[in-house]
Amino acid sequence: MSVADTEKPISPLVENWHYFTHSRGALVGLIVFMFMVVVALISPWIAPHDPAVQYRDAFLVPPVWEDGGQWKFILGTDSVGRDLLSRIMVGARYSLLIGLVVVAMSLTSGIVVGLIAGFVGGRTDTIIMRIMDILLAFPSLLLALVLVAILGPSLFNAMIAIAVTNLPHFSRLTRGEVMGQKGLDYVTATRVAGASRLRLMFRTILPNCLAPLIVQGTLAFSNAILDAAALGFLGMGAQPPTPEWGTMLADAREYITSAWWVVTMPGLAILVTVIAINLIGDGLRDALDPKLKRS
Amino acid sequence: MLRFTLNRLLLMIPTFIGLTLIAFVFIRLLPGDPVLLLAGERGMSAERHAELLAQFGFDQPYWRQYLDYLTGLMQADFGISFSTKRPVLEEFMARFPATLELSICAIILASVLGITAGIIAAVKRGSWFDQITMGGALVGYSMPIFWWALLLIILFSAKLGWTPVSGRLGLMYFFPHKTGFMLVDSLMSGEKGAFASAVRHLILPTVVLATIPLAVIARQTRSAMLEVLGEVYMMTARSKGLSPARVVGLHALRNALIPVVTTIGLQVSVMMGGAILTETIFSWPGIGKWMIDAITRRDYQVVQGGLLLIALFVMIVNLIVDLLYGLVNPRVRYD
Repeated sequence: MSVADTEKPISPLVENWHYFTHSRGALVGLIVFMFMVVVALISPWIAPHDPAVQYRDAFLVPPVWEDGGQWKFILGTDSVGRDLLSRIMVGARYSLLIGLVVVAMSLTSGIVVGLIAGFVGGRTDTIIMRIMDILLAFPSLLLALVLVAILGPSLFNAMIAIAVTNLPHFSRLTRGEVMGQKGLDYVTATRVAGASRLRLMFRTILPNCLAPLIVQGTLAFSNAILDAAALGFLGMGAQPPTPEWGTMLADAREYITSAWWVVTMPGLAILVTVIAINLIGDGLRDALDPKLKRS
Repeated sequence: MLRFTLNRLLLMIPTFIGLTLIAFVFIRLLPGDPVLLLAGERGMSAERHAELLAQFGFDQPYWRQYLDYLTGLMQADFGISFSTKRPVLEEFMARFPATLELSICAIILASVLGITAGIIAAVKRGSWFDQITMGGALVGYSMPIFWWALLLIILFSAKLGWTPVSGRLGLMYFFPHKTGFMLVDSLMSGEKGAFASAVRHLILPTVVLATIPLAVIARQTRSAMLEVLGEVYMMTARSKGLSPARVVGLHALRNALIPVVTTIGLQVSVMMGGAILTETIFSWPGIGKWMIDAITRRDYQVVQGGLLLIALFVMIVNLIVDLLYGLVNPRVRYD
């Protein structure tokens, strides 16, 4: 057997997975995140109660471990007698959906805008980047708030608004990567071989720009969950009685002295989810960034 | 340096015009007739309606409205609030010091704690302090701050009774607000306990607003320090026999702080967003709460003017940060 046979090159996927699992944090984040995904997917079947049903004889029941808690409502109930655990489980669907939709929207539009700006260059580039600079001058939450005010408060409009605030980040990142790749030999070679502009942009250059975009995508995912919850909290996101975690906190303020669990539980769900995603993001960055490898 | 500053100021002009255009278009897209909203439940006669439309210039074509708007801006006229009938700029200026005071306190807290923690974590890499700090930073920048604020209120206001729940000052104090900065005004008033009251009101909002910047600055400082500590000139400094304190404090820190300055500058925009949530929860009478109220009341003029003024403020801060960057990093040549 020759040496070449035994030293087959490792596929990049395997290599990156190897570096990713090197970090304990990233692995913990991934496990927690997968748990959230599973809960979200099967929540209609495993939730102990219907999240919208109001138990008229059980207003503000504390969690089981507190005095007066009931096994029927493990995490307690809210001010109109809805089961908190069920609402948080179903709420996971909304938060993960928000993250997914926002990242999908801002990633695709950001890639297209950034590719055009970076590839075409010249005046097109200047104009696009100026517009992105202008969008960046507004604090993102404020911009999202005004956009939602225009579109009308709803969960979907909140997602669109957050995606718009993310757009400049993705397009600037893509543009920067494209500018770096554009002049490299492999691109010239493909061009000389007669590849069309679109092919050059999407098939040749884009795959080589993906690593930082994936990392930025994870960051945007967790930020989208935070922003959507903030919008919901301010009454401009998902509307009650939707069990979105931020919306659940909107009227919890009245119960800070009387029923702490109404305030604590939905926020804890947001925090744990966002931490898990950020851990994954950190792990991905370490795995995908060649500068940091083996350091 | 002067040329660079002028250059940057000139570059701000097209961005600013773009901002005015966006603010203008946004507000025209908002649903509802602004004048009818002004009348509220009572409604109004058709003549009065036309008269008011003309008064605010809403009967003009859009390009005309935009030109009038730009002309107004040149004379520092940001429009008149629908609900209070007072100039938007005047309302902004009345509330801005409250937000500024809160933001300055938060950025100082975040920078001092964040840089200190980041340095120690980098020097003692892998220690328990490093792990706890980085764990804390992860939690910090994953934090939904509106929820964090509620938790702090539960603990410090409801359970312990140490801090007030809302506002900037106890109700029993009354003195002229000359500067708008409550800490300064309460000190100057000479009223006993006023300053202490102002400080107690400020603590929780400051901590809430500082949370995310603190986490980001600590992480950034740590990674910048780690990078610098691995440089060759650090080895030179150590092998010259300099004390560790001098090596870290002088040679490493000065180089590591360069990227941190940029990070702190970027946090200002983040904090303006955070101020919206913080001010809403603590009933802090600043521009964040003002904007939220304007959006819910559909006070178009305030939303339009406020959006522009806040963006302008963020742009000016970014310019100052860029200039500071040159001061801490002599390698940057401006022309």
